[in-house]
Amino acid sequence: MKYALSALAGATALAVSLIAGPAMAQDGGIVVYNAQHESLTNAWVEGFTKETGIKVTVRHGGDSDFSNQIVAEGAASPADVFLTENSPAMVLVESSGLFAPVDADTQAQVPQDYQPASGKWVGIAARSTVFVYDKTKLTAEQLPKSLLDLADPSWKGRWAASPSGADFQAIVSALLQLKGEAATADWLKAMKENFTAYKGNSTVMKAVNAGEVEGGVIYHYYYYGDQAKTGENSKNIGLHYFKNQDPGAFVSVSGGGVLASSKHPKEAQAFLKWVTGKGGQDVLKTGDSFEYAVGKGAESNPALVPLADLQAPKVDATTLNSKKVTDLMTAAGLL
Amino acid sequence: MQSAADLARSGLPTGMAAGRWARRRPISWISLAAILISLFSLLPLAFIIWIAVQTGWETVSALVFRPRVGELLTNTLLLVVLAVPTCIVLSVALAWLTERSDLPGARLWAWLSVAPLAIPAFVHSYAWISLVPGLHGLWAGVLISVVAYFPFLYLPLAAALRRLDPALEDAAAALGLGPWRVFRRVVLPQLRLAICGGSLLVGLHLLAEYGLYVFIRFDTFTTAIVDQFQSTFNGPAANMLAAVLVTCCFVLLGIEVLVRGEERYARVGSGAARQQQRTRLGRATIPCLLLPAITALLALGVPFVTISRWLVAGGADVWRFAEIGLALGQTLFLALAGALLATVAAMPMAWISIRAPGPLQRVLEGCNYIAGSLPGVVVALALVTIIVRVALPLYQTLVTILIAYALMFLPRALISLRASIAQAPVELERAAASLGRSPLKALWSTTIRLSAPGGAAGMALVALGIMNELTATQMLAPNGTRTLAMAFWSHSGEIDYASAAPYALIMVAMSLPLIWLLYVQSKRMAGR
Repeated sequence: MKYALSALAGATALAVSLIAGPAMAQDGGIVVYNAQHESLTNAWVEGFTKETGIKVTVRHGGDSDFSNQIVAEGAASPADVFLTENSPAMVLVESSGLFAPVDADTQAQVPQDYQPASGKWVGIAARSTVFVYDKTKLTAEQLPKSLLDLADPSWKGRWAASPSGADFQAIVSALLQLKGEAATADWLKAMKENFTAYKGNSTVMKAVNAGEVEGGVIYHYYYYGDQAKTGENSKNIGLHYFKNQDPGAFVSVSGGGVLASSKHPKEAQAFLKWVTGKGGQDVLKTGDSFEYAVGKGAESNPALVPLADLQAPKVDATTLNSKKVTDLMTAAGLL
Repeated sequence: MQSAADLARSGLPTGMAAGRWARRRPISWISLAAILISLFSLLPLAFIIWIAVQTGWETVSALVFRPRVGELLTNTLLLVVLAVPTCIVLSVALAWLTERSDLPGARLWAWLSVAPLAIPAFVHSYAWISLVPGLHGLWAGVLISVVAYFPFLYLPLAAALRRLDPALEDAAAALGLGPWRVFRRVVLPQLRLAICGGSLLVGLHLLAEYGLYVFIRFDTFTTAIVDQFQSTFNGPAANMLAAVLVTCCFVLLGIEVLVRGEERYARVGSGAARQQQRTRLGRATIPCLLLPAITALLALGVPFVTISRWLVAGGADVWRFAEIGLALGQTLFLALAGALLATVAAMPMAWISIRAPGPLQRVLEGCNYIAGSLPGVVVALALVTIIVRVALPLYQTLVTILIAYALMFLPRALISLRASIAQAPVELERAAASLGRSPLKALWSTTIRLSAPGGAAGMALVALGIMNELTATQMLAPNGTRTLAMAFWSHSGEIDYASAAPYALIMVAMSLPLIWLLYVQSKRMAGR
């Protein structure tokens, strides 16, 4: 058996020499902590590297774990750029003073509505809250008029969400800003009674499509993404936008920022500029991400309901409080 | 040839044994190494306690004594209480049928009862959820946990049954016990170590598993901790959940220590045990065949059908070779390097747990199990925080992730090594020493060589664990790392089940040789 052991040891040594070098080294370039969908960021990185020759290493994760990780890493963070799906994670890093100011010409590419006045980060894309429902079960009249209606006992057991995801937590953070702490806490308590928890927005949509539950609160692009593929998980799905400046009409801004501790600030700023510029925003229009483009003069995918028609509530992205939201959700037993 | 088996109970008063051995040099080195490794493995636990102290009692009690924790505790306990005994009964039955009866195709069924280990738990879940999309909750959790984890019990049970000396059973039968009572009073007690060790392993897996339960929407402490970490990173709520989980581990460990007792069984003296007689099943053959057949169908058939279905549905598009090749290479490397480290680290602990058992050893061994039972995300977080503060150059390097793997999977190596060392008679070590070898050389040329099968089996188990590891890998691995499990998880998270299928297939294909090695080892340990 000595032979089996030494064979394994030999194989290990071989593997070290073969793989460790090329595969695990971070040879130059910038490091992006990416909480956005992998396919979208990969498309951005590909376009950027092709145009500038700057190498990019991407680490994939989620909004909240990355924002908190960056805070824990502090000035030692290996990240140069941070991209998110929602604003609260950006606010957290900004409030810890870890972002460098975004270059002025990058700021100039994005409308004021989609970036904080501090200039510490910029919007790179946007997504809208939507109520997905099972078309075979619900008619237009039966749909909730407001996100707040889902707290009503009549909705008990009939809707789903992914409370552990940063997406849903961003929606709650908007609710918190619009309606205050007491109303949000009550709504979350009622939600705990009424809703079914799934992990991930795609899973929520799949469950609604399969008839497991009548509706779900997610973002709009999951539907379009599935339709563009096989449509297998969205063939029974209808989209209901709450509009009317309802908390449920919240449009969440995805952010990008450069870390103050970046060792390659020039390259990192160039990346952010590219993402918010024509090249990056065109990826949103032509690719299969179906997120809204936010750059000045940039067009979104024509399949989408135009951003201007969504009657989103006025929410100040720079004060969305992720900490308070998770505390309230923990208190409500959702986390 | 001596006919009567001399089953010696080596239950020396433990303090005496430890004291006598402690005066010898290699032993104290080994103890020192074991103590250092155990202390190191306590890092994550120390981290949790430190956070709890920092948080203050008021917040701690608010976070621990709340309805959500009650829900999670109920879920987790029910899962363990239902799944572990089911695994025990199923594994004892399967092991007896494949090792001690004349079941047709026993060798095939034996292999099919081990092979489910080659399928990562979350792939089992992915398979079931594809087959029965609405599957969720406790019973789904129990079903999938049993099919995914019962081999952890089957393996040691089959090995133990194979090694039993038939002389004892013959003696019991000659004294007038019927076959059923012989099994209950002679065979089962000898299986106790295997049942305890295996159950502990299954129980700890149930406590630490993440992916399996996410697919079927069953919340346990581990899934809730990951939810909290994803929302707040190292917030106090997550750490308090982790503290409760650690307490559950303590309880499991305590039960195992109580139940496994002090007896050690080993055959000494010259000669070999007689060949066992296989029980004739006769007319019961057909119903008995149903058990391994149904088990194989649930544990192997379902994943096989699902993966094939998604591969067919996905066609050639899902085979993105550049991406897959890179993930494959990285996974292989991490698994092998981590397995080697964990096994070497487990060696001193395993040795003293057999040769110098005592209160200290129990405590040290317990430390290692606790580290191993913590969910990957807790270990990872502890390491991130500690390393960022005190060993920054190591942050997000290979070293960190390999240390995390060693901490998490050391119990796997330990259990295999322990069983193997228990079979190596201590007399050989003494004989080698009395023939003039230095203590370390004596150890090397006897016990360590004899425990190589256990070592190899342990390495295989650790490598398997690493291949399926997700959360710690995501947090600690060097930037740009993407293992098979990470890729699988990312695709299946977006409901792109077809793109996930090649990764599932490769993980299974890579695990199969390791499982085969494990299977062959367990056969060889019994000298066949």
